[in-house]
Amino acid sequence: MSETVCIRVEHVSKRFGKKIVIEDITMDVKKGEIFGMLGPSGAGKTTLVKMIAGIAEATSGTIHVLNTKMPNLQVMKRIGFMAQSDALYGELTALENLQFFAAIYGLKGKKQKQRIEEVMELVNLSEHMKKTVNNYSGGMKRRLSLAACLLHEPEVLILDEPTVGIDPVLRQSIWEELERIRQKGTTIVVTTHVMDEAEKCQRLAMIRDGRLIAVGSPEELKKRTNSQTIEEAFLYFGGARK
Amino acid sequence: MRVRAIVVRIIRQFFRDKRTLGLMIFAPMFVLFLMNLVFNGEEYKPTIGVAKDVPDVIVEKLEKNDAVIKEMTKETANNQLEKQKIDAFIEMNDQAPKITLEGSDPSVNKAVLVSVQNAFQALAPQTQSLDLKTIYLHGSEDMALFDNFGPVLIGFFVFFFVFLIAGVSFLRERTGGTLERLLATPLRRWEIVIGYVIGFGIFTTFQASLISWFAIDILDMMMEGSFLYVLFITFLLAMTALTLGTLLSAFANNELQMFQFIPLVVVPQIFFSGLFNLETMTEWLRSLSVIMPLTYGADALREIMIRGNGWEEIALDVYALLGFSLLFMVLNVIALKKYRRL
Repeated sequence: MSETVCIRVEHVSKRFGKKIVIEDITMDVKKGEIFGMLGPSGAGKTTLVKMIAGIAEATSGTIHVLNTKMPNLQVMKRIGFMAQSDALYGELTALENLQFFAAIYGLKGKKQKQRIEEVMELVNLSEHMKKTVNNYSGGMKRRLSLAACLLHEPEVLILDEPTVGIDPVLRQSIWEELERIRQKGTTIVVTTHVMDEAEKCQRLAMIRDGRLIAVGSPEELKKRTNSQTIEEAFLYFGGARK
Repeated sequence: MRVRAIVVRIIRQFFRDKRTLGLMIFAPMFVLFLMNLVFNGEEYKPTIGVAKDVPDVIVEKLEKNDAVIKEMTKETANNQLEKQKIDAFIEMNDQAPKITLEGSDPSVNKAVLVSVQNAFQALAPQTQSLDLKTIYLHGSEDMALFDNFGPVLIGFFVFFFVFLIAGVSFLRERTGGTLERLLATPLRRWEIVIGYVIGFGIFTTFQASLISWFAIDILDMMMEGSFLYVLFITFLLAMTALTLGTLLSAFANNELQMFQFIPLVVVPQIFFSGLFNLETMTEWLRSLSVIMPLTYGADALREIMIRGNGWEEIALDVYALLGFSLLFMVLNVIALKKYRRL
């Protein structure tokens, strides 16, 4: 595998019983890029990122992350995963939630304290450190979830619909944040069904009904299909527009 | 280290959720207190109506036997019986007494008949029974029903509440997405299970000590053996309940489905754990009690609290409870495979 490839997905299929959720997907994610996965709900995006994160396993095919076949617990230490639901403990304060996740990644003492302050600063929640999560708004919970998966400074960040249900201003700031994290050398995989978010990725995979219908930079995809927008390009690849 | 993180988190969650904390500690105490009132009550004093022709000697004897006596005619008596103002009516029918009972409550019937029998027996000295001297191997004359039930009840409440709360909190971990979040970390499956066992273990030790102390010192439940043994057994029972609860929560999709396990898993254990006498039950049915953790817990608690026995008598129960906990823990680790193979 070349030095520049971070995630390699080869002929991956996933079946739940008889239902085929992912069918023969092959693609590479390069180091240091924001890689978007665009597709409607139910297209199989979540299943695919879960397999990359090492939670789920492919029925056939292989996934390599950082040159290691997944799932692998050692590599999972170097991945940050933010699920679609805010996986937080509502009874606990933001600080306690982060202390818990930090401890699981083996961060302790001064280092732990420092990292918690850093990520809370990053997501703009420093003033709400001692508040219980149940008193957080939806957007704040989303940001705290993001903070939690950044704690251990992962080399690969996998975000499943990070901006769903977040107002445009906040969404803007999260994307700016992701860009800043990328510039530090982190590889980011992000799923979305919002077309204009897709424009912000370096490269994009379009997924429909468990199949990969196109991969490329947003510009490239638009050029190839002679479209003005990503949405038009998606329609073209999806076979709705000739 | 990672296990410790889970333990700390569980304990923090406990102290944040004051209501659940209260439920686990005060609900068992409250119910034990009520049971104590119900089963330790004074003996029932029957109210008996007597006709004028009943000899005074008998009336006197009845009063001595703790019955409340009211003189009345047959008509008033019938009326009063209907209204349940009196429990029975005695009249003389050709030199022989005739009793009419209200009759709807067997325990009241028994109380009336005992008083009447005692009174008439005193009248006929030739049938006077021997003055029996009774020796109690265990227990005493003052041993109330509650003392006999007590150990089983302590075990049951600890089991019931720990089962429910552990099951629900593990279920929430699953439905709330935090379990998946945990499985996206390098945390191993056994670390999650052990974290839960220790976190809840610390808490249930505290809970079990309070409940046992309350039952023994405040409710004055019979206690012959060592308090430490009681704690040890309740702790083991709590561990079994915890591991069984978390295991079964894998088969429930929401809280309501978790509650559906109560009549299936918890209630049958009450019947088989020795609260009721199993001697009269068919053999195959009796053998069901072998697979029920509460049987061993209740048996051990009775050995300690009523019979004052020590390690030798409870060893087998201890091994059984440990075995159950270990088995459920292993099954738990396997059940988590459903979410992540590693």
